[in-house]
Amino acid sequence: MSDGIRTERTRLAVAGARSVSMAELTNQPRGEVIRGRIFWALLMLAVSIALLGLALLLIDAVIDGADRFGVGLFTDQVSGIPENGGFQTAIIGSLWVIGGVILFSVPLGVGAALYLEEYGDGTKWWNRLIELNIQNLAAVPSIVYGILGLAFIVRGPLSLGQVALSASLTLTLLILPTIIIAARESIRAVPPSIREGALALGATRWETTRHQVLPAAVPGILTGVILAVSRAFGEAAPLLLIGATTFVTANTNNPVEDPYTTLPVQIFNYFGRAQDEWLQLAAAGIIVMLLLVLAMNSVAIWLRNRYEQNW
Amino acid sequence: MEARDITTSSRLAGKPRRRLEAPSPRYGEKVIQGLLAVCALVSVAVTVGIVISLVEPSLGFFGEVPVGEFLFGTNWTPSFQPQSFGVLPIVVGTLSVTLWGLLFAIPIGLAAAIYLSEYARPRVRKTVKPALEVLAGIPTVAFGFFAFAFITPLLQDVWPSFLGQGPNIFNALAAGLAIGLLIVPIIASISEDAMSAVPAGLRDGAYALGASRMRVALRVVFPAALSGIAASVVLGVSRAVGETMVVLMAAGNNPQMTLNPVEQIQAMTAYIGTTATGDIGQGTLEYDTIFAVGLLLFVLTMLMNMVSIRLVRKYRQVYE
Repeated sequence: MSDGIRTERTRLAVAGARSVSMAELTNQPRGEVIRGRIFWALLMLAVSIALLGLALLLIDAVIDGADRFGVGLFTDQVSGIPENGGFQTAIIGSLWVIGGVILFSVPLGVGAALYLEEYGDGTKWWNRLIELNIQNLAAVPSIVYGILGLAFIVRGPLSLGQVALSASLTLTLLILPTIIIAARESIRAVPPSIREGALALGATRWETTRHQVLPAAVPGILTGVILAVSRAFGEAAPLLLIGATTFVTANTNNPVEDPYTTLPVQIFNYFGRAQDEWLQLAAAGIIVMLLLVLAMNSVAIWLRNRYEQNW
Repeated sequence: MEARDITTSSRLAGKPRRRLEAPSPRYGEKVIQGLLAVCALVSVAVTVGIVISLVEPSLGFFGEVPVGEFLFGTNWTPSFQPQSFGVLPIVVGTLSVTLWGLLFAIPIGLAAAIYLSEYARPRVRKTVKPALEVLAGIPTVAFGFFAFAFITPLLQDVWPSFLGQGPNIFNALAAGLAIGLLIVPIIASISEDAMSAVPAGLRDGAYALGASRMRVALRVVFPAALSGIAASVVLGVSRAVGETMVVLMAAGNNPQMTLNPVEQIQAMTAYIGTTATGDIGQGTLEYDTIFAVGLLLFVLTMLMNMVSIRLVRKYRQVYE
């Protein structure tokens, strides 16, 4: 009984002391409180503007392209008449190009990341040069990669011509730095104890890397790869220089011989014809493109959040 | 007899090997290391390739047009007579678009970063940040279309008459705003990383002294994360300068030396894109302008990126 009273008293005393000190400590000058509120409102306003702007971008494409959106976009080829035009050729071209990009960029990017994280001695000047170089390449404007592709891949040493393979190679070089940086981060996140455990059991360096480090880093690498590939899919600027703008009427069947075009380039092409019917068609193409890109990116972010490991 | 011999001889052969070295030289390991090193060297080859592909044709160009005339000339008419190769009008065009973009993106991006890092509840942050990352992947063709089909008509509708003539159908402002929208996620995301990296102790100290949330955000966290924030802005600038599709679709094709936001202009990247897709013969002086402008663009973004890398290093050194 007396115990009950004491605890009740203690509780009251604590609550009272707490409310007094809270009142004292949070009692800020009125001006400060108002300024704080205004600042908070400004922040919310800014965040809303950013999200609203991006939402409007999606909504505007949907409104402009809704009338033209339909199965025809996937089954019709390029045409001189807006009513008959579709994106089949462009979508097939994009698939060829992106297939090539995945094929080339994943081994190259992951290989480079493994070298820099697992093998290269980070204190040696040549390894630091490679690192700095990759950081710089990540910021080079995409159209400059178009010039590179034009000089070395379409013409010059490789002379592949204006075909899908050239686009695959050019875009591979474009996204390589992004993949390397993402892959390095997730390889670095694998704790050293995992490596040391494997090495102590007699595994060689490559066995450790192949069977311990790489599997643990796969989710992060995959996320980086998907984000980078979706960037390559939406990229148009470098392709303008290496010949994706030609008027292609037949589907690309052979990535090393046939002319090609890609979805974003075709959208730009329709956009450039300037009449309203073409703009509608371009908007419908943008809807298709955004659906694909947003789906890819969401999968990537979901993967990362799902498999993110805290060691 | 024989079996015994073997046991004795193996005993006589001495103690078992105690060294941890592999019994064979492991050539496979060396080969793999070599292959991986080749992958890493590809990036160096790419840089060398970019430099060669830009410099070689540019040398031919600068053989005919003096560098000074190119860099400081104010008349850009490579495609009609009399030809003139002063690059400043398209540099100013790029500058104008970048300026309007940054005026939009810096306040919005930084406010979003402060909100996410200092105000948002963990759950909000966990939703908004990935959303920003997904949106950062929207292809720029979509932004170009948005600028032309939505922002420009909107600007034309709301343009107040006291500001003079309304925006042209192609104008620097709409392109700039679209680019601004494009780099908001970049600035917000990187700045937020920098602000989150500020040690909690600094914040707690300020709160213990009775500072309000706004003061902590503006006077403690913001200055402490300043170099990271600056790096995000520099990266945003280099994205804006290098952006091609938006300026190609919404800013026009008319090299004018003006910062007037309602006028049609031409940006450096748009010039390269237009000229490369046009039907100009290779090897002509006009065609070589592509490479000279590309070289200028490459050098500009390279310098900005160097600054950004320096800044990021600086803030890492302070807090780790």
